[in-house]
This record gives sequence, structure tokens and C-alpha cells, in this order.
Amino acid sequence: MTIATTTELICFLVLSAVVVIGALGVVLLSNIVYSAFLLGGVFTAVAGLYLLLNASFVAMAQILVYVGAINVLILFAIMLVNKREDLKAIANLTTRRAVSAGVCAGLLALLVRVVVTTPWSLPGPPAVGEEATARIGEHLFTDYLLPFEVASVLLLMAMIGAIVLARRDVLATDVVTGEVADQGLIEKARTPLLMNRAE
Amino acid sequence: MVSPGLDLELSFSQALQGFGFSPEVARLLWLPLPMLLVLVAAVVGVLVSVWLERKISAAVQQRIGPEYAGALGVLQPLADGLKLLVKEDIIPARADSLLFTLGPVLVVVPVIISWLIIPFGQNLLISNVGVGIFLWISFSSIQPIGLLMSGYASNNKYSLLGGLRAAAQSISYEIPLALAVLAIVMMSNSLSTVDIVGQQTGAGILSWNIWRQPVGFLIFWICALAECERLPFDLPEAEEELVAGYQTEYAGMKFALFYLAGYINLVLSAVLVSVLYLGGWGFPIPVEWLAGWLNQPIDAPVVQVITGTVGIVMTVLKAYLLVFVAILLRWTTPRVRIDQLLDLGWKFLLPLSLVNLLVTAALKLAFPVAFGG
Repeated sequence: MTIATTTELICFLVLSAVVVIGALGVVLLSNIVYSAFLLGGVFTAVAGLYLLLNASFVAMAQILVYVGAINVLILFAIMLVNKREDLKAIANLTTRRAVSAGVCAGLLALLVRVVVTTPWSLPGPPAVGEEATARIGEHLFTDYLLPFEVASVLLLMAMIGAIVLARRDVLATDVVTGEVADQGLIEKARTPLLMNRAE
Repeated sequence: MVSPGLDLELSFSQALQGFGFSPEVARLLWLPLPMLLVLVAAVVGVLVSVWLERKISAAVQQRIGPEYAGALGVLQPLADGLKLLVKEDIIPARADSLLFTLGPVLVVVPVIISWLIIPFGQNLLISNVGVGIFLWISFSSIQPIGLLMSGYASNNKYSLLGGLRAAAQSISYEIPLALAVLAIVMMSNSLSTVDIVGQQTGAGILSWNIWRQPVGFLIFWICALAECERLPFDLPEAEEELVAGYQTEYAGMKFALFYLAGYINLVLSAVLVSVLYLGGWGFPIPVEWLAGWLNQPIDAPVVQVITGTVGIVMTVLKAYLLVFVAILLRWTTPRVRIDQLLDLGWKFLLPLSLVNLLVTAALKLAFPVAFGG
């Protein structure tokens, strides 16, 4: 075995261990903040696996999108609402845990069966390595153009929806309840919140 | 196209193979050398910037600044570093000690990894990875997690607020930053930093990207300052409001890690501005022309060594000119408010960078000669 393949094998084993143990930690730990940080670690390790597969662009996109955006957003949400209080005890906790463990074990068995029975050696052209970036771009703007555009329209809709929900003060009626919105907010919509405390 | 120039790895590998090592062992022995060199360069760069910061701030405020530690006080940053190194490492009693320790590490590591792509010459960089500048953008997005982590683990409301502010600021300014970089990438048809500089070396100073991307240059510089949390944008540690933000509870070496990350990031951003907009390692007059006027063949060993040296000197010089500007900005401008900061990022820089991107695309289609068609 050459040095290069040994290094690759060691990297693969370490990354897989991080992914599996980290993912278990995300699910099993009771402290939600730890779970969120571990999720970031799992995403990073998956990016490492992509790197091992010579897909550096996908790896970097994984870090940028999942670690840099989604995980930070999750952390934001947790830290803005977290009050560090213990959750109320749930009835029949043991039964619930046993049921969910059973479902998870079944899912795992199914996945293991798929992994074992599928022939993984794909024919097809060899990996393109560093040229992958250009190739992904070509595909996005030719044969995958429609899904790409549909996804962007979907994201635009989600963004406008978020803005509407966040800026209820500029609408005459509340978008959720349909009642007349707070008149004070409408009248002062243009004045900054920080300045008129004395009134 | 530029001549291949010096290839130190090839020479090193050939020398070792002359001693009877296999090419693989030679590569294994070579790998740590550039990494160590760049790490040392980054730390020395930090020491130099700290000294510059102290001296320039003193000059701005009509003081003398450090002058007893070494000539002109050049050893002062070393003394600062030693002091922080031997200080007691305090972890607050109610803090989360694991996250408290991990936070600063997560802040420093991505910044150091990003030095991977900094080119000092055609072959003078650790790794010419294909994703190049995209690696820096994605790794700099890890930093907010470290800041959130240390802010949360300190168990202190100022720290938490500082961490949240830092993350919010870093996320908002990353978008215009990435769009400004995208315009450059569009012109050079490559993400690799070597190709981006190579595309600017045709006619010396006239072919630098700053003439084709003046708006992008300004956007990138403003966003880079915001990402480094330098003074017009140092809200995460605004001392009048938040004591010291996410670093309030930190002492000793962990505090020093935040400091180190901040300055490495500053030098890194300055180098990247010079790579993206100021021709990287290029001399204002192309070295090839100078060699031609002096009747020297471009691939002669002496000329190659001189070219390599000029490349390193130019990169460092351009970067430190930008660091100087950043330090002057810090000691002359007041801090913006948080609403002004977010307004600037989302309502001004983001639309501006989108327009810049579209105009660049249009110009690329209209004048493919000048805008890298």
C-alpha cells in the first residue's frame, strides 16, 4: 500500500467516525446547544468526505451553505430564545424512547440492506477533479436550467414571505389574523425605534 | 502567458531523490515545509501589524508610542505576546469550560487555513487548489460559529450579545463580499488565485483589476474591514456598550488567540485585496519587459530568483500599504451604530454589488478583449 492510499484510508476512517459519533451526539444529547454545535461538526466532516472524493467545489459549497449559513441560523435561533431551563418531564418517556429506537433501528437495517445489495461501482466517465466547477456550471445552465430556476423562484417566495411576516407594521391588516393592525406602528412606521423613547 | 518560473518543490524533490529517497517520501518531507513557513510568516505579519498599530496610533494622537523595547519599540509586540502567554488562564466558574476553550480555536483555525491559497509568485504558494478564492469565502463563514460559541460559553450577557452581533455582522457583509469576488472571477474565468493574478500581469500596473473594478474594490475593502471587525465596524466589541463583547471573560492565551485571529485576518484580507485588485505579486512594470530591455533571458536562474524575490516583496508591500490604510481608518473614524451598519450592508452594499456584477457581465459580453471574454 502506498503512502497516498494509506493517508486516504486514515482520513476516511477518522471522518466517518466523526460523522457517526457526531450525528449520534446531535440526536442523543439533552443540551440543545451542544447538539447544534455538533451538527456543525458533522457538516464539516461530510465536507471532508467530499474532499476525499475529489469534489472540492461541492465540499466548499457544503461548508459555506450548511456550516456557514444553516448552522449559524440554527445557533442564532437557539441563543435568542434559550433560557437555560430544564424541560418539563414528558409522560411515558421510556416507552416513547423505546418506540423511536425501534423505528430508527428498522431504518438502519433497511439502509444497511440497500448498501449491501446495491452494486456501487458505477461505469460512466472518470471523475473530472478540478474541472468540476466549470462542469457544474454548464449543467446548471443547460439541462438542469428548469429545476435551477424553479428552486430560485421558490427561494424568492420564501424570502418575500419572511419579509411580510417580519414587517407587519407596514400592512393595514394583520396577515395572520386578518384584523386591523396596530395603528401606532403604522403611523410611526418611518421613524426609527431608537429615537422616540421620550414621547 | 507567464513563464513557469521557480518551482521549489520540484528542485527539492529532485535533490532528495538524488539522495535515494522515493518521490512519495520526498513529497511527504516537502509538505510540512511551506505550511510551517506560511505559519511563521503569518505570525510575524501579526507582530509587524501590532507594532504598526501602536506606532501609527501614537503618531495620530501626537504621542511617541513604544520606544524602549528594541529600536523604535519593534520588540514591544513580542513583549505583549510573552505577557499574554504567561498570564493565568482563567475559566469563569459558571462558564461552559469545553465550549469556552473550543471557541477561540474555532476562530483562529479557519483564518490560518485560508493562507493555503495566498500566492507570492507563480509557484510560491502552499497549494494551487482549483476552488481557490472560494475556499477563503467558505472558511471565513466558519468564524461566526466560534464567536457564537465563545459568547454563549462565557455565561455573560455582554459576551452573548457581542457574539450575536459579530455573527450577524459577519453574515451580512459576507454576501456583498462574495458578489464582489464573483465579478473578479467572472473576468478571470477561474477561481484560482494564481490565475486571477496571472490575468492581471499582461501590461503591469495598467492591467490591474482596480481599473476595471473600482466599485468592486471599494465594496470588497469595506466588507473586508467589517469582517475583520476593524474600527468603523467594531460593534461586536464596542466597549462603551458591551464591555468587550464576546471576549469579555477571556484572559491569557485564549484572549491572545482572538487578538491573533483578528490581526491574521487583517493581513490576510489586505493580501487578498492586493491579489484580487492590485496585481498580486506583479511589479508595476512587468518583469519580463525589464529582462527584455536588459537583454537577459527570462528563464536564466538569476532572473528567476530576482523575479521570485520581487514577487514576494511586491505582495508584502501592497498588503502592508493596505494594512496602513486600515490602521489610519481605525484611528480617525468614529464607530457606526448597529442600525447604520445593517443599513449600509443590506440596503447599500448588497444592491450596489449586484449592479456591479450585472455591469461586469454586460461589459464582458460587450468588450471581451478588455474584460476577459
